[in-house]
Amino acid sequence: MKQQHNEPMTLSRQSADELFSKVLKYSRAEETEASVTGTSYSLTRFANNTIHQNVSEEDINLSVRAVAGQRTARASTNKLDDDSIREVCEAALALASLQPPNPDLLPMPGPQMYRAVDRYDGETAQLSPQTRAETVRKVIQRAEKDGLTAAGVFSSGCTVHALYNSRGLAAFHEESISEFSVTMLGETSSGWAKKTGPRHQALDIDALADRAARKALRSREPREAPPGKYAVILEPSAVMDLLGFLLLDFGGLSVYEKRSCFTGRVGEKVFGENIQIRDDVFHPSSGGAPFDGEGVPRQRVSLVENGVLKNLVYCRETAHKMGAQPTGHGFPLPNEYGEAPLNLVVEGGHASEEEMIRSTERGLLVTRFWYIREVDPYAKILTGMTRDGTFWIENGEVKYGVKNFRFNQSIIEMLNQVEMMSPSERAAGEESIEMVVPKMKIREFNFSSLTKF
Amino acid sequence: MKDQAQQALDTAAAQGATYADARVMDIRQRYLSTKNGQAGQVRDSHSLGIGIRVIADGAWGFASTQDLSRPSIDAAAAQAVEIARASALCKKRNVRLAPEGKAIDHWEAACKVDPFTIPVSTCLDLLLKVDAELRKVKGVTLAEAALDFRKIDQVFLSSEGSEIRQVKTQTGAGFVATSFSGNEIQRRSYPNSFGGQYQTRGYELVEELDLLGHAPEIAEQAVALHQCDQCPAGEKDIILGSSQLGLQIHESIGHPIELDRVLGDEANFAGMSFLTLDKLGKLKYASDIVNVVADATVLHGPGLGTFAYDDEGVAAQCTPIIQNGLFAGYLTSRESAASIGQPRSSGAMRADGWNRIPLIRMTNVSLLPGKGKLEDLIADTNDGIYLETNRSWSIDDRRYNFQFGTEIGWEIKHGKKTRMLKNPSYGGITTEFWNSCDAICGLEEWVLWGTPNCGKGQPMQTMGTGHGASPARFRKVKVGVAYQGN
Repeated sequence: MKQQHNEPMTLSRQSADELFSKVLKYSRAEETEASVTGTSYSLTRFANNTIHQNVSEEDINLSVRAVAGQRTARASTNKLDDDSIREVCEAALALASLQPPNPDLLPMPGPQMYRAVDRYDGETAQLSPQTRAETVRKVIQRAEKDGLTAAGVFSSGCTVHALYNSRGLAAFHEESISEFSVTMLGETSSGWAKKTGPRHQALDIDALADRAARKALRSREPREAPPGKYAVILEPSAVMDLLGFLLLDFGGLSVYEKRSCFTGRVGEKVFGENIQIRDDVFHPSSGGAPFDGEGVPRQRVSLVENGVLKNLVYCRETAHKMGAQPTGHGFPLPNEYGEAPLNLVVEGGHASEEEMIRSTERGLLVTRFWYIREVDPYAKILTGMTRDGTFWIENGEVKYGVKNFRFNQSIIEMLNQVEMMSPSERAAGEESIEMVVPKMKIREFNFSSLTKF
Repeated sequence: MKDQAQQALDTAAAQGATYADARVMDIRQRYLSTKNGQAGQVRDSHSLGIGIRVIADGAWGFASTQDLSRPSIDAAAAQAVEIARASALCKKRNVRLAPEGKAIDHWEAACKVDPFTIPVSTCLDLLLKVDAELRKVKGVTLAEAALDFRKIDQVFLSSEGSEIRQVKTQTGAGFVATSFSGNEIQRRSYPNSFGGQYQTRGYELVEELDLLGHAPEIAEQAVALHQCDQCPAGEKDIILGSSQLGLQIHESIGHPIELDRVLGDEANFAGMSFLTLDKLGKLKYASDIVNVVADATVLHGPGLGTFAYDDEGVAAQCTPIIQNGLFAGYLTSRESAASIGQPRSSGAMRADGWNRIPLIRMTNVSLLPGKGKLEDLIADTNDGIYLETNRSWSIDDRRYNFQFGTEIGWEIKHGKKTRMLKNPSYGGITTEFWNSCDAICGLEEWVLWGTPNCGKGQPMQTMGTGHGASPARFRKVKVGVAYQGN
């Protein structure tokens, strides 16, 4: 864990192993789990065509879970000297000992086998501030070429996660991370684009900047369209930010506790027949570790087939309660939420955006949504705003930009009205985690009011 | 902590920084929760590290590390300077800071009962008793309760000579009763939703809230909501309960007055603001009875936005935001204040940890009280709706168009609170809404609420903000908007 100037921290597997050896040495608990997370992260932020924030972070966190007589608790620290490790072990045990027993608590899992995923790129993990700044300078030049103002982020780094327990489980995952997002602002309009991934080379930043710029230029002097129900074409970022509100609903515990919109609907047709949704950490465009918060291997799970809700995901404890098999989607224990799919893949179609537009007599094209919140947890009505590129479509053509709308729309109903889909792609938004989703054309989407820009 | 911060400043200066500040933060958190008769999360966490912010070649750089060894601090300080030099590749002009005198101080927020001294078993026992009370009510399908304690000990040093140590203890507490029936999920929370009430205080807050005493009524309301009428759609006079009004202030006043948004710094993520510079001192933001301040001083109360100095070493201030309805001031930083020609920062720069830079954040943005009790205001209302406890909140990225949902409402007819209403919602345009305010209850109804989960910045920072409010009435507001068309 020694670091040298200008080189990112690397938490090696050996370093993590050594930390866990110390945890085992100091822990007096019946069972002990240790999660070691290393973060080396840098982010260059720009606005008004200048870099205004530029930051870097190095951190290693040790989180210890202790079990004492059907009771469990967690303590964590980023102080890694021997005394601090001893203290965190004692703290976890003390917290566990002071609570009533939990009859549903299971023994920790033993050693597991994991399918490898390759999500690490050394260049991305160690990208220099100079490289990020040079890239941003090009983006700013692109903006200035058209009299626009650019704002955005370019980040890079890596995370390392090692998970161990006293029954012999040992899991290790490292992943490089990069993100580029840009908003191009005109006098009366804006355009946005974003991409994330483990390899910065694949972000295609020039194309993203160009796309955002073209959206800003095309939506200049936006007109007002009356609120109402419209056919709508949602770009992947808009789709994923809506679907993110279903993640916890797909968890077994959520249904068991009757807080899911799928309560009473498992096995039923909930969406249109053209909707297939799975959770798939092994999809080439997915991210994250191939194990869950307890170290259980993540499985591919088919959640929705032909619109029918076929399966939920389960952590070990929920699976035990509900008579199901764990799927490797549990959060670190103890927690209130149980589990959730974190690598949603929605099967796409074959339509291009142009075909969707051509087939639309009167409707809207939405780049992204903003400030989405749940209005009704069972009908799954969400509200939010359009942002950074909303366009009026008429007679099969994009005509002009329109002022932004508020929507109030049940996403269950929305997924019953999907008329066309593009091939799926890894999408990134600002309201949910990355997913693999298509563009969607929705027959009718409820835009309820307008704003002033 | 001071020695480590000083070492960072020395190294930054040696590397060529023309300005530097360093924050060493030691953050301890305890979170305890229960759910349906069982312990939920039971966890302690501790995070210690240093964040070093510098100006070199006229641009900003920041680096942070959890490793407080001398070589590591030297490396982080040098890295901050290197990053600043990279920032300078894209600068339009040199960073300029509004002047600020040096401060040497040690401040500790008042805390009568250190929550970390309360045995965990005592805390869990309270939560489980609340849980049991909630589940006594038939129809409650999920009972959840939580306590959240945080202690932040931080040292700030700047190359301008400031040395400030601040220690704050924050406490949060609350519970939720959820009821699923038929095709509907209803929830009621106390004393507020999304975590409850939070203040910069100790365990005395938990004792004052009387969680156990309020559990039966809240549970009964959660179940009763299934049987009551849907909130009607149309234009109505509304009275907002103080916690909902606190969030209304947060979203439609607190965020728009952040000067970094106005200047475009947040354009890519948190958004901008309709409060462009030409509106300062000219915009009729609200009706004449509306007075709002951003007050970080202890005189305002123990809010989540109460401190002695912000994270640039600027002393806490009370800034008039709306005076008799007129837009009067922004929340600023040293850099943003200088950029619009103001002589001094309003002291609103805060970071949520050692690994983040300070950003302009709300302090305690509060609506000053008017007169009278809530019951008097209801008695004065002929046809309206009283709305209480937030359920959903959304506003556009320039802060014009908002929509809120609340957990519960009651119809007001001829001065009396009558039938209960479910799924209430209302929406509007910020300035139209605030200009429709025609009554604000008095100090006896005023509560300084804590919003612990305000997100802003990239990387995202989560900050606690304070919002004092007493119930207030707004005329002819669109209600029932969230369910129209669904």
